[in-house]
Amino acid sequence: MRISETATGIERIAAAFTGHGRRAALMPYLMGGFPSVDQAVAIADAYVDGGADLIEFGLPFSDPLADGPVIHGAAVDALAAGATVNAVLDSVAPVAARVPTLVMTYFNLIEAQGIERFIGRLVELGVSGLIAPDIPLEESAPLLAACDAAGIALIPMVAPTTTDERMAAICAQARGFIYTVSVTGTTGERMATAEGLAELVARVRAHTDIPVAVGFGISGPEQASRVAEVADGAIVGTRLVREAGECAAAGKDPAAAVEAVVRELSDALR
Amino acid sequence: MSPSDIRKHRIARLNAHSPVEHRFGEYGGQYVPETLMPALAELEAAWTAARDDSGFQAELNTLLCDYAGRPTPLYLAERLSERLGYPIYLKREDLLHTGAHKINNALGQALLAKRIGKTRIIAETGAGQHGVATATVCARLGLDCEVFMGVEDMRRQAPNVSRMRLLGAKVIPVTAGSQTLKEAVSAAIRNWVETVENTHYIIGSVVGPAPFPAMVRDLQRVIGDEARCQICDMAGRLPGRVIACVGAGSNAIGSFKAFEGDEAVELIGVEAGGHGVSTGAHGATLTAGSTGILHGSRTAVLQSEEGQIVEAHSISAGLDYPGVGPEHSYLRDLGRVRYVSATDDEALAALQDLSKLEGIIPALESSHAIAWLLANPGGDMDILTLSGRGDKDLAEVLRLTGLDREPGENGAGA
Repeated sequence: MRISETATGIERIAAAFTGHGRRAALMPYLMGGFPSVDQAVAIADAYVDGGADLIEFGLPFSDPLADGPVIHGAAVDALAAGATVNAVLDSVAPVAARVPTLVMTYFNLIEAQGIERFIGRLVELGVSGLIAPDIPLEESAPLLAACDAAGIALIPMVAPTTTDERMAAICAQARGFIYTVSVTGTTGERMATAEGLAELVARVRAHTDIPVAVGFGISGPEQASRVAEVADGAIVGTRLVREAGECAAAGKDPAAAVEAVVRELSDALR
Repeated sequence: MSPSDIRKHRIARLNAHSPVEHRFGEYGGQYVPETLMPALAELEAAWTAARDDSGFQAELNTLLCDYAGRPTPLYLAERLSERLGYPIYLKREDLLHTGAHKINNALGQALLAKRIGKTRIIAETGAGQHGVATATVCARLGLDCEVFMGVEDMRRQAPNVSRMRLLGAKVIPVTAGSQTLKEAVSAAIRNWVETVENTHYIIGSVVGPAPFPAMVRDLQRVIGDEARCQICDMAGRLPGRVIACVGAGSNAIGSFKAFEGDEAVELIGVEAGGHGVSTGAHGATLTAGSTGILHGSRTAVLQSEEGQIVEAHSISAGLDYPGVGPEHSYLRDLGRVRYVSATDDEALAALQDLSKLEGIIPALESSHAIAWLLANPGGDMDILTLSGRGDKDLAEVLRLTGLDREPGENGAGA
């Protein structure tokens, strides 16, 4: 599948949530530059080959507050191996030409380049959306304005602790989809209860018609399937980053291994 | 001014009815995951209500005075004054219970946590002083306590690790990155993201997302409020300069706040020069850093061109931090506070100088302020805040100065 080059990022993301032909869309996450810049490019390709509908492409940051030890460790390793933000950004373009791709980064890396310049770069790279986990509603205005002007979807996050009042305000300015954090915690492989998840997603849907994707804590096909019962998309990160790291440490090809995991997840969403 | 007058004055200043600042010019803000935002709103509402509540104020004030030892003396350091040729007053926060100013903040936040029904407290610590203060307060108030501390700092500040454990707190070693204060703060924030429903994070300085920088400042401004009353009483006039060390900056902002409106009083923050600011191995964020976002606020940080936070270096664990409170960045830009630095070696020498001159062993953190003063005497009248005592640093200082060896042990040829 080659994605339309003329549509805006917001339109490409909307299409990905309707055109997958399964119960829910699959959005795997990778850490750019991990285990190396080139291997990360191969991992992103393998995700698409395995059935990914969208890709969440992380930029390595030294102090990622929303991430658990696996993804934090991958960022530290990527930087220690010499990955730069600029090289990692360049490596996003190939996969962004295949499926709608969202860049995930902490705000300091954006501000270091300047918001306008950073968003302009995303457009050039063919990126469709931006996820900034340390930009809550209250801090979002400058970034949202720049993203809107460029047709890039600034994806908002909601959490189990989010009050209904906040949820209404967050959903009112949502673009692309609502990134629903399934557990009160950082990224990692543990899952909310089925009841808790259903209730949380229902609370989000009360305020919006745009797709609801669930992330943080999905570790296998069974949980992905459970997410598909209530939500429009499943986001899987730590499970795949761990797989890539273990393969690299054992001298095996991470791309082949992660492709198998993504295929299992994708099948579970049928 | 009598102690009871000082008490009244303190209450008047706390009960100021001003909104809790989220921004200091372009600095500050709330750059944290959504999961924490409701807790920050709850904390701000609770703090706004508590600081106007006479019951809360009375409880805090009683603990500050009768438990922690406030007001602390303002001490005319005669031999130091003689050496420099003009009067130097030391604000003795080192005499507080647990040995540093950190308990001013820990008491206030722990009382607030109880008020909002949190049963578990977490904290980060660098030098261990904030960890000890928090562990102490939690023991006193019957709260569970876990303190995150970098492994390198656990080594440098071993006595404080033992103290925290004796006080019933759990010390969680942080092994990420440089294994110092920056990583301890990150680990505490991540833990808070997971446990926010029953846990309050007592951040140890004027950093983090709003409302922490303003709230911690308000809890620490007692230092300067007292000192201003005391100097007027003792000397009959205001000092020429107020000098304090700056890591993340809580004792400094607490010392400066009361004097901010006194235009003739120069305010000087002394950062960690490490091996020298030009070497890159330092903690002089305001002197040599650039604007970035760390631990929830926009402020001066030490970072690469691409925005990766870089490691700080300081001989003192409490100043070994690549960020600083956002209000300091603002005060620097305004030109109201002058930020300077002192190196590791200068601080180590100053620690020994003050010990011999005044019989006061200062913390390595406070020794940076003394070092700068010794090299830059003002000639009028200065107040210098001794933020903490040096007991925790003894092993490290003895090792670095060679005083731990018997005379003659380090013999010929060494």
